[in-house]
Amino acid sequence: MHVPDGFLDAPTSVATGVVAAAGIAVALRKARGELDDRTAPMAGLVAAFVFAGQMINFPVGAGTSGHLIGGALAAVLVGPWTGMLCLSVVLLVQALFMADGGVTALGTNITLMGVVGCFVGYAVFRLALLVLPRRLGSVAPAAAVGALVSVPAAATVFTLLFVVGGNAPIDTGAVLAAMVGWHVVIGVGEAVVTGLVVGSVVAVRPDLVHGARRLVSARTLEVRPSAVAGQARTEEVA
Amino acid sequence: MGAGHGHRLHYHGHSRVHRAPAHLKLLALLGFVLLAVAVPPGWWAAYPVLLAVLLGVVLLAQVPLGYLARRMWIEVPFLVFAVLLPFVATGPRVEIGFLSVSEPGLVAAGGLAAKGTLGVLASLTMAATTEPADVLGGLRRLRMPDLLVQIMSFMLRYLDVVTADLARMTTSMRSRGCDPRSPRHWPTLARSMGALFIRSYERGERVHLAMLSRGYDGELPR
Repeated sequence: MHVPDGFLDAPTSVATGVVAAAGIAVALRKARGELDDRTAPMAGLVAAFVFAGQMINFPVGAGTSGHLIGGALAAVLVGPWTGMLCLSVVLLVQALFMADGGVTALGTNITLMGVVGCFVGYAVFRLALLVLPRRLGSVAPAAAVGALVSVPAAATVFTLLFVVGGNAPIDTGAVLAAMVGWHVVIGVGEAVVTGLVVGSVVAVRPDLVHGARRLVSARTLEVRPSAVAGQARTEEVA
Repeated sequence: MGAGHGHRLHYHGHSRVHRAPAHLKLLALLGFVLLAVAVPPGWWAAYPVLLAVLLGVVLLAQVPLGYLARRMWIEVPFLVFAVLLPFVATGPRVEIGFLSVSEPGLVAAGGLAAKGTLGVLASLTMAATTEPADVLGGLRRLRMPDLLVQIMSFMLRYLDVVTADLARMTTSMRSRGCDPRSPRHWPTLARSMGALFIRSYERGERVHLAMLSRGYDGELPR
């Protein structure tokens, strides 16, 4: 769900805009470290992928549907800084070309889904990797845990913003309980899809998954002669 | 390909609004919506004035109102929220018919619906009258970092390619009796999403190599 115009008052919108701009400024520098001069085409294509992934809607019930946010997914696949840039560009395109999420709420949306979504997701992912056994198979469950936590975390930050600059008098505790409760449910869906997608990429191209990089580089080359080939060689010698 | 051919919300035209420089339109959009968001609660007279200004721009742009109205469904979830707000908000209650609702909640809901609607209509007008390439040029003129403009231009350029890839995958999934929306088939869907990521990533690598072979040095020719 993107925050529309008018949900938060003007000072809060401007303040989150400053936070988002600062985050993007740092991310632009750091993403070059993750992708060097490939940054522009790679991040652009990954942003297109995130956008396409968000287009798949799941029926939630009561006529509404939910879709993947993809913050934790992008952070695990391409790294938190590049992931944040991708999410920010996706949100910018959605605000300017699809009227999805308000123009004044763009800073809020980037702060919530780009900064909080990517970084909480990635931090929890790294923590989960420390706990889980050091195997490639641990990457997908860890990504799922990261996604599970990132969604309610973003909802909590939104509630805090709403308390500071919300345009409606609602009981804070009630909003927090409703937002976090509802987003834990959304987080479970996000976790399942994120874990499955990361798992399928790790199975085929583990070298592409940023979060699996250390595990891939720690692997040693194994030479396993096949029984058939070995037999053929002995026959040749004989 | 997306760039230069307009996009889904673009309404082709040659009006004064279509021809206006994109960076000025972006500034006007941001200023207008900020103004709408900053209207204090209870200043109901401000909304018809802002709406009149906006409708004036739409008329000048010669974009049919029905065209914009059909695309405003995007704000329906928030209108639902605005309808529910008076029931859950705190503060003194007032009776409307047989319903008891919160008075400040009612005021907030009205403001929320008005501001949200103005914001969506303004953004739609901007999207309907401006080509993606012009928006990118406008953002560049507004000093958006060059790398961010480049990422955005690549995203817009390959958006249709990537979504068409995904559409082909879901079509072939459906033809094999799989329903991508059902949670039962999420594992299959996730594998195609994984394949889509690998395809997008590898396309990015090929694009980068093709750019290098044409002399790319970190900046795009203007």
